[in-house]
This record gives sequence, structure tokens and C-alpha cells, in this order.
Amino acid sequence: MFGLITYVLLAPLAAFAIIIFFGKRLPRGGDWVSLIGIWSGLAISLYLFFTRVLGNYDPSYVMELESFNWVSWGDFSLRIGFLIDNMAIVMMVVVTLISSLVFLYSVGYMHGDPKYSRFFAFLSLFAFSMLGVILADNLLIIFVFWELVGLSSYLLIGFWHEKDSAADAGKKAFITNRIGDAGMLIGILIVFTTLGTLNLHEVAAGVTAGKLTGVLLTVAGLCLFCGAIGKSAQFPLHVWLPDAMEGPTPVSALIHAATMVAAGVYLTARIFVILSFDASLLIAYIGGFTAIFAATIAVAQYDIKRVLAYSTLSQLGYMVMALGVGSYMAGFFHLVTHAMFKACLFLGSGSIIHALHYALHHVHSDADAQDMRNMGGLRKLMPLTFGTFLIATLSLSGVPFFSGFLSKDAILGGTLAFWMMHPTHWLLPIFGFSAAILTAFYMFRLIYMTFTGTFRPGPEAEKEVHESPWTMTFPLVTLATLSIFIFFSLNPFSPADGWFATLFPNPPRAYETVAIHADAVPVEITNEHHSEAVGAEGGTVPAAEEHDKTDPIVHPVEHHNAHHDVHHKAHTRAMIISILMATIGILIATGGYFWKSKKLDPAVWQKRLGVLYQGMFNKWWADEIYHATVINGTILLAKILGWFDLYIIDGIVNGVAWLSRVFAVIDGWFDNNIVDGLVNLTAWFVGIWGRFVRLFQGGQLQRYILYTLIVVGLFIIMKVV
Amino acid sequence: MHDLNVYLFISGALFLLGLLAVITRKNAVSVLMGIELILNSAGLNFVAFSHFSTGNLSGQAAALFVIIVAAAEAAVALAVFLNIYRLKGTSEVNKVNILQG
Repeated sequence: MFGLITYVLLAPLAAFAIIIFFGKRLPRGGDWVSLIGIWSGLAISLYLFFTRVLGNYDPSYVMELESFNWVSWGDFSLRIGFLIDNMAIVMMVVVTLISSLVFLYSVGYMHGDPKYSRFFAFLSLFAFSMLGVILADNLLIIFVFWELVGLSSYLLIGFWHEKDSAADAGKKAFITNRIGDAGMLIGILIVFTTLGTLNLHEVAAGVTAGKLTGVLLTVAGLCLFCGAIGKSAQFPLHVWLPDAMEGPTPVSALIHAATMVAAGVYLTARIFVILSFDASLLIAYIGGFTAIFAATIAVAQYDIKRVLAYSTLSQLGYMVMALGVGSYMAGFFHLVTHAMFKACLFLGSGSIIHALHYALHHVHSDADAQDMRNMGGLRKLMPLTFGTFLIATLSLSGVPFFSGFLSKDAILGGTLAFWMMHPTHWLLPIFGFSAAILTAFYMFRLIYMTFTGTFRPGPEAEKEVHESPWTMTFPLVTLATLSIFIFFSLNPFSPADGWFATLFPNPPRAYETVAIHADAVPVEITNEHHSEAVGAEGGTVPAAEEHDKTDPIVHPVEHHNAHHDVHHKAHTRAMIISILMATIGILIATGGYFWKSKKLDPAVWQKRLGVLYQGMFNKWWADEIYHATVINGTILLAKILGWFDLYIIDGIVNGVAWLSRVFAVIDGWFDNNIVDGLVNLTAWFVGIWGRFVRLFQGGQLQRYILYTLIVVGLFIIMKVV
Repeated sequence: MHDLNVYLFISGALFLLGLLAVITRKNAVSVLMGIELILNSAGLNFVAFSHFSTGNLSGQAAALFVIIVAAAEAAVALAVFLNIYRLKGTSEVNKVNILQG
């Protein structure tokens, strides 16, 4: 068991090492090494999935695997190991499945690239890091793999680093992620200093026991969530993801649509139990805002990959919002379904770009192969791509009978239920439902612009457009198939009875349990003051405010039943509204781009919306605003500091040097004249004395004897006198 | 017999004569002879003190040693003088000042 999981984790790492060192000597650049690594990982993951998740069918299943001492300082030791539960196994399946398909797809897509071999090495490194994030049982180890994921993402975005734009996008992604990671590190440190452990289970237990409460808990949760904001490209740090589309399309599909960006959501789900009410609320608003914000941008883009990128942002916003409003299952469910259909969409767009690039190259046109205005009528030219793309689009738009409907419906239901319990937060469902309209609209706009009408570059290029090879279409078909409802729930209108929903019930959150625990403590307990304090800090007060004049926490069981009813009602309403929203979006798109209705002519509406359209088209000037504030601010600060360095610090240094010189001159004069003078004086005196004494030493023995005689005579006289 | 002082006066006179010879004579051999006088005055003292104080012959033995050392010293000194003569072409003491510092 332990061995199998270790194998899944380490096989991609081994593949990375083999390819990076021996890739050029291996046949086919060693792509088969990484394929073997990841496909065997997929097989093991599926085996675990069928035996442990579906076989056990235990929602609270947690496998205790041995952990080992990594480092120890004094009486503290850091143990690392795997935390395997249903979520980790499902996520393993998702990552290895998408990776396997994308690796296979890359064999066709990257064919003939000069760095073909290295591409597979980087992909394998990514798979390793991502699996590490999923499996780690410890926040610090998660952080380590988290950074590795960031590194491999950087390497892959900037894979074609000869292009300045790709190199810049890589740097942008890396730096933007660092900002979020700094927050995450602070969160980890807060958790460590207050609880003394980083193990996820122990952290959850510590928070539930009320060891970390109040504002600090909220701050810790939000700081950890900062990492997720960076990785999952939520609102303030979203700017890197659209630029990351500079990377090869398989990378966009694997990393920037299906897996890496989901890491943030996954992390949020991992720390779900410790999030306080206030932290959750802020998370919900960030997610909801990102969902609607990114959707409006996606509406006005022409680059096919950018539309999908903003769509990804929007869907990630949905997932984060779901986690924020407490719909744990819905958020994770959407992560899984989204991974399937968004990977399918990206790979489909890659297939289109690949074909179009070839065709345009053939007729010597330098038109942009990613611009939807250069496409059209591809339905007949690439039927397989079209079919799979359509299924994925329907799924993303939230049309019944597809997986996206089930998960999005769960999220919208959860949001609606949250609003029904906390009526002050009416903005959240509005974000959710309006983003649903926009999603349907922009996806069908994409479909119509790309696949219907006439092929815009002209009939000559049209002859050169071919369907992609099987290595590229096989993943498309597989992913499209997995976007159908039947794989997640037998009931196409509700996920509630499917295996997914039953296996992932909402875990009790720490702030709720702490509050209940504090209330349940009988008054007889000696330290009454203490229990009150815990209750107050543990979220009773904010919760009571939000709970609209009732106090549901006193009766946890009844509260739970009420909760269930609200959810049931909300779900039915959400389903009806979301079907309505999807229909509206699809109809508007069909009217504007397929039937070409005069009333819905896009050009007219672009003028009519005026500055709003400009905002959507220019991504709400997010890059420009960041450039004007953050980047220019940094440069200004650097200039100020540079000036300070040049004039103040250097001035001090130069002043000290000048002073030293003056002192040295004085000192030198003193040395030359006073000290040397004394020495010379002594020498001169000694010389004079020597010359005097020399007079007596004539070298004649007789005189010496005479002197001796005189001295002896003197002594005798002195003695006598 | 006679008084000790007589011997001491004689030996003092011998010593002074020797010293005078050592200081004043120019010829190196004469200086050597002065040294011999000084040594003999010392030997006379040994014998005289021994005779008047202890009564045994240890003073006489010391005088014999002095005579023997004086003979050896004379041999060495004469060899030195010969070498100086060879080097300087003279044996006059005041003309040789190679010990000058």
C-alpha cells in the first residue's frame, strides 16, 4: 500500500531524472519513459480508487500510513508522510488521468519540436510535484511541493523562451505566485507557533479543541488561503493565468486548466475544517467576484486560449465560492468535473490551433492561429474535435445530462442556501447566477465563431486543414466521455444520490464544533469564565449575528435538520434558475452569432455598451492598473532607495574615507617627525656615546692593563678614604 | 724562621716589577717575561701561605702547577708572537692594535 503510493509519487520523478540526463540518447527523446511513468501511476490510482474509495464506500475513510522523521530539533521532530483519504485518491486519479492523456496528446502536439525531450522531462516533474501536494500530510511538505509546482509551471510556461512574451509570462506567473506564497508561509508559521504542529490532522484537532481561535484563526485561514489565491489565480492575483497561455497548449490544458490551478482549491478544501466563519465569508466573496469578473472578460476576447483561460478563472472562482459558503462537496465536485471538460476544451483548442497553424503556414499567411476571427466552419473539417468540444462546452455551460451541470448546480444550490440562511449576503448568488449566463454565452460564442460559418482565411488554406492524429483525438474523446453525467451520478438532475456526493459529506467545521462544544459545557464546570471565553472567541458571536436573531447553535441537531431542509429547497430552486440562465446565455449567443439577428448584432452591442465593452475587452485594465501602481510603485521605490544609496549611504562611506585620509595625513606627520625624531635622537645619542667610548679601546693590551691598574688604584683609594 | 710579611713583600715587589714590565716594555718577549714574574710572585705567595698556615705541601703543589701552566702558556704565547711577526713584520706590542673595536 505504502509502496504503491510511493511508486505513483516517485515514478514521474524517476522519469524526469532519466529524461533530463539521458533524454537525447534515448530513442524518441525518451517520451515513452514519462508515458510509462504516468500511465502506470494512473493504473495504480484507478486500482486504489476502485478498491479503497468505491470498494470501501466509507465517507470518513482515512488510511493511516507510516510517517517518518524528517528532521528533529531538540524535543521537536517533524514527521512527514502521506495523508490518504477519499479526496486524495480521487484527486490522484484526476491528476494522473489528465496527465496521462495530456502526455499522450503532447506526443502528437509537440512532434518535431527541438526541445521535445525536455518537454516531457518538465511534464514529469510537474506530475511529481502535483502528486506531492495531493499526498502530503503536512503543511510544510505541501508548501515544498507547492513551490515545486510553481517551478515546473514556470519552466513550462516559458518553454518557448526564445519568444520574449513566453519568457515574460513565465516570470510573471512565478512572481505573482510568490506574493501568494508569502502569505501562505505566514499562515503556516502562525499555525506552527500556536499549535506546534503542521500535520493536517493534528492541526484540525488542535483547532477543534479550541487552541487557535478568534481573529488569529481567521488570519491564519486567510493567510493559508493567500497561497490558493496565487495558485488558483483568484481576483487580486489573477493576472498571470491568461498570460500563461503563452506556454504550449498541452501545458495550458494540464497545468493551467485542470490540475495546478486546482491545487489552490484543493488546499482550501484540505484546510476547510479550520476556516473560521469570517475567513470563509471573505473567501466566498473573493471566489464569487472572480467568477463574475473573469466571465465578463471572457465575453470580449478573441484569442481562443484566452477565452478558455478567463473561463478557467471564472470556474475556479466558483469552486472557491463554494468552499467559502461551506459547500465542501460542491467545490471539490466542480474541481473534478471541471478538470475533465476544461482539459478537453484546451486540448480541443490545441487541436484546432495545431491544424490551423499548419494550414496557415502552408499558404504563407502570418495570421494568428489562435485568433477566433481567423477560424470558422471547422465543424466539417475537424468533426471529432468539434464533437468533443461541443460536449465539453455543454458541460461547462451547465446543460443538463452533463457533469458540469451537476457540479455547478451543487455550487449554485449551496450559494443559494447560504443566502437563505444569511440574507445579508445576497450578492453571492447574484455573482453565481450572472456568471452562469455569461459562461453559457461566451462558450457558445466561441463555438459559433470557431466551428460554424465559413472558413475565414480562404478556401486555399481550407484544403490544408486536417483532423489531428489519434494521439491527439484519443484524449479528447476520453475526456468528452467523462464529461457525461453518468460517471458521477445516475440521476442527471441531482448529484445528491451519486457516489461523489455521498462520499464527500461536508465535514464539521472547527468554528461550529468549538461553538457547540463551548455551549454544551455544563455550568457546573469550575472554570466557568474559561468556557465563556472559548465560546466568545470560537465564533459564537459573529455566527449569532449572521444567524438572523435566532440562535441555532444552542440546538445543534435541530439546526442541522433546518440546514438540510434549506439545502433541499435551495437545490431545487438553483436547478431551475441555472437551467434558465444557461438557456438565456445560449440563446443570446445563438441569436448574435448564428442567426445573426439584427437586434443582437455583436458590433452594435459593442458600441452600445461603450466603456463597459472597452473594460471587458481590455481585461478591466488589470494589467495596466498593476503596472501603474504596483510595478511603477516598485520602480519608484527602487529609484528612491537607489538615490538614498547613492547619496546618503555612499556619502557616509565617502565621508568616512575622507576623514580617515585626513587623520592619516596628521598621523603620518606625527610619525615622521615626533616618533621618528625620538628614535633618531636616541640613535644619535648612542652614536655620540659610542664614539666617545671608542677612544678608550685602542687595541693595545698595555693600555688596557694600565686602565685596569688605574681603576684598581682608584678603588683602593676609595676604600681607604 | 722568618716572618710571613717578608715573603709577601718580596712577592709584591716581584708582582709590581712584572706589571711594570708588562705595561712598559715594547718587545713582546719582554712582556712575556713580565708575565712570568707575575706568575712567580703568585707561586711564591702559595708556598708562603701554605708554609705559615697549614703546614702541609698543598701550596707547593699549587706552585708546581703554576710553573707548568706558565711553561705551557709561554709556548702558546711564543707561537702567537711568531704569527704576529709573520703577519705584521714586527714584535713590538704597541704597533699591534688588531684588537681595536
